[in-house]
Amino acid sequence: MKVAVLVYPGSNCDHDCYHVAKHVFGSETSYVWHKDGPLSGYDCVIVPGGFSYGDHLRPGAIASYSPITEELRSFAGGGGFVIGICNGFQILCEAGLLPGSLMRNKDLKFICEKSTLKVKSTNTPFSSEYKEGEVITIPIAHADGNYFADDDTLKSLQDNDQIVFTYADSNGKELPEANPNGSLLNIAGIVNEKRNVLGMMPHPERAAEEELGGTDGRGVFESIIKTIG
Amino acid sequence: MQITKDLIEEHGLSPEEYQLIVDTIGRDPSITELGVFSVMWSEHCSYKSSKIHLKKLPTKGEQVIQGPGENAGVVDIGDGLAVCFKMESHNHPSFIEPFQGAATGVGGILRDVFTMGARPVANLNSLRFGSVENKRTSYLLSGAVAGIAGYGNCMGIPTVGGEAYFHESYDGNCLVNAMTAGIVKKDKIFLGFATGVGNPVMYVGSKTGRDGIHGATMASDVFGEGGEERRPTVQVGDPFTEKLLLEACLEVFKTDHIVGIQDMGAAGLTSSSVEMASRAGNGIEIDTSLVPMREEGMTPYEVLLSESQERMLIVARKGSEKAIAEIFEKWDLDACAIGTVTDTGRYVVKNDGEVVVDVPVTLLTDSAPEYERPSARPEWQDELQSLDTDKLEVPKDLNDTLLKVLSSPNIGSKHWIYRQYDHMVRTDTIVLPGSDSAVVRIKGTDKAIALTSDCNSRYCYLDPFTGGAIAVSEAARNISVSGAVPLALTDCLNFGNPERPEVMWQFEQAILGMKEACEKLSIPVVSGNVSLYNETSGKSIYPTPTIGMVGLIDDVKYHTTQWFRDEGDRIALLGPITDELGGSEYLKVNFGLDKGGAPMLDLDIEKRVQEACRDAIKSGIIKSAHDISDGGLAVAIAESCFTPSGSIGAEVKIDSAVRPDALLFGEGQSRILLSFDKAHEDKLKDIAGKAGVPFEVIGSVGGGKLKINSLIDINIDKIKQSWEEALSVLTK
Repeated sequence: MKVAVLVYPGSNCDHDCYHVAKHVFGSETSYVWHKDGPLSGYDCVIVPGGFSYGDHLRPGAIASYSPITEELRSFAGGGGFVIGICNGFQILCEAGLLPGSLMRNKDLKFICEKSTLKVKSTNTPFSSEYKEGEVITIPIAHADGNYFADDDTLKSLQDNDQIVFTYADSNGKELPEANPNGSLLNIAGIVNEKRNVLGMMPHPERAAEEELGGTDGRGVFESIIKTIG
Repeated sequence: MQITKDLIEEHGLSPEEYQLIVDTIGRDPSITELGVFSVMWSEHCSYKSSKIHLKKLPTKGEQVIQGPGENAGVVDIGDGLAVCFKMESHNHPSFIEPFQGAATGVGGILRDVFTMGARPVANLNSLRFGSVENKRTSYLLSGAVAGIAGYGNCMGIPTVGGEAYFHESYDGNCLVNAMTAGIVKKDKIFLGFATGVGNPVMYVGSKTGRDGIHGATMASDVFGEGGEERRPTVQVGDPFTEKLLLEACLEVFKTDHIVGIQDMGAAGLTSSSVEMASRAGNGIEIDTSLVPMREEGMTPYEVLLSESQERMLIVARKGSEKAIAEIFEKWDLDACAIGTVTDTGRYVVKNDGEVVVDVPVTLLTDSAPEYERPSARPEWQDELQSLDTDKLEVPKDLNDTLLKVLSSPNIGSKHWIYRQYDHMVRTDTIVLPGSDSAVVRIKGTDKAIALTSDCNSRYCYLDPFTGGAIAVSEAARNISVSGAVPLALTDCLNFGNPERPEVMWQFEQAILGMKEACEKLSIPVVSGNVSLYNETSGKSIYPTPTIGMVGLIDDVKYHTTQWFRDEGDRIALLGPITDELGGSEYLKVNFGLDKGGAPMLDLDIEKRVQEACRDAIKSGIIKSAHDISDGGLAVAIAESCFTPSGSIGAEVKIDSAVRPDALLFGEGQSRILLSFDKAHEDKLKDIAGKAGVPFEVIGSVGGGKLKINSLIDINIDKIKQSWEEALSVLTK
């Protein structure tokens, strides 16, 4: 599998994603600067977390106009696999590659902690290696992870089984207390209708090595590796 | 412009200092020159009151690559790698405007580290605010924490540890001390030297504005009422630009275009250009009209003294200007030549060709005034240290007392703070905030570094010598219990007004105490910062020599945390059972007293206890190790019970005649709480015996209660809740 990790000005989880893709999973991995390209030739593009353009205007808003994002649209349009993590998720929403948007956390503060998630759908190339309903622990670290979409969008997300991860308690119950940021339907991660673009606020790259206290994030990488082969 | 008496005073210069300038340069200085002298001779930049004492601190060791005097200290960790680190204060700006003050404190210390060629890998911070009852405390706490989070998170550097402390002595003057550690290849360290006559001087980073003019002078003055009026002297941070500057600098460091580089921190362009010339023994000439500016009509005075953030000064190889500019352009940053290195030994500033400053470089640096200010032990010190514990009644319900101590904001959980910091980015944080030290692995090796910051200013107030020695010892203990060997330290010496003899005495004594501990424990000082004039309306803060320390773990497998792990494990006390209450959090919480001596410290025992602990951890038999400090033994046991994933009980029996409150809450030094599988008891006894340190098995892990003798018997979840909610008085 050939992986591209995009680097926007202000990306700061680019090194982490590169490390996990390359050194933990042994995939051929390259950084791609936002003014460079092309993306053709890659199997999977990771849009990493961070503060692209300093979160000025809105997180992800300016990055969605960056040259590489145009390239990303055609890559995804052609069926290429895209994983957006944290700021990457925000960029994908701003770029219209995923529905909805991510607002300021309900308590208006940055939150960094391990969050428990429920795997809602295993019917995606990014979650096939999990068990449906499985409860996993993956860290979050964001100030704007409060997922919002209108009722029609939420309904279609549910109808099309596009909700991949939700915030839940250790028993898999999607309770308000288990929701750290106020996301509607406790949404932590979704795919597009074609199921080749994933956006998630939690950081699977931070839960891929035993030394860091957990490996529940490995499933995302293992799934896509298995899909692509 | 006529230089008047008022003008001289406004610039923080004494009449004698002004006369020295006139005598040396043989004329009245221009207004721009007056501004330059004002910042370069400020306490903040010149260390004029502290230099004579700082020289006493040990700075050498075979691990030391770079000691004090550069942007940051550097220590060898093998494998061709080094750790570069420093701590710095941003107290005055943070009190005036906590968000920007704290944010730019983080920005400044990050630049100090990456200017050396290092990639920053960890941030820490040491925060001190006024009492919980003070209305401003909550505002300052939430503002400073948000500022630190806003800057560090955006930069993508994990904030992995620190401390927060509340006391009325900080009511009018909070402390924000920020520390950064970075990793650098040993043969790729960059220094702030303006070498090579004729080499171009380049300005890179953000444009210059009018913000922060005279920040260094402000930081060298006491506050009166209405310090908020100084808000315009607080700089405004832009972490996004700093992130670009970081990446651009690291990219340019890979080339061989750079001769020297320095961050424009306090006193901005002036101090960076002057200090670089001074270190190299050269002169320097710059033209302010070439500096990229974001405001129109700025005078040379303003350009020189602006403390706009996210800027660096580079001395490049001649002919490399274009190549350097191209790298910075890639990151959308300004980069342009504004001057040259000269052989005149003079600091010359022109404005569009017209000379506005022309003075000897050394007059601004080495020949700056140096003072041995009078010091005297205050008369009230004896009264302060007298404590008749017989007059203090032991509380009847010690369970209740334990709850009270655990819910003190000084003891309670700091989760509310570090939850706002991204402490996991870079995927290297092996031990997250909450244990004695943070542990950060170094990818590509088996190694990890341990980091901590520490100071108990109440001890320093009661007995500055012992307090200074304890600050160093306790930081080292924090490092040792994580399994690391202490390598070196950085200090942030926060004191009151040095023109008061009692403050100078505190300063002098604290340094001597630090020196003794550093020497005994073989821990050199490699960088640091002095913050004086922490005084508001005549009231000084408690003396606060904050210690930031870095240790090395050779094999990251053998790192340890403070948390108990398995039912049935044995608990032991490594170190003595002590009988003292002086300076304890318990005395403050229960009796409202800051009294008595600081805890006694025997550095021989301290050294052996730490060595025994490290040996035991290295032998692979230790499940948890925790420094016994603020709150004493009972609090240390409770903290070991509060695991990140929940809690686990403990039952402890200690055979001792010590009065119960001193046994539970006394803050005797040189003590470590260990837990281990009972099969290893003999081996551990052996290690302690060989080291010649007291060792006693005092109980076992398990159950849902904390029991200590017949004194404490309480549900563990109940006390955990009190501990977790300790900061809520300030955060709701």
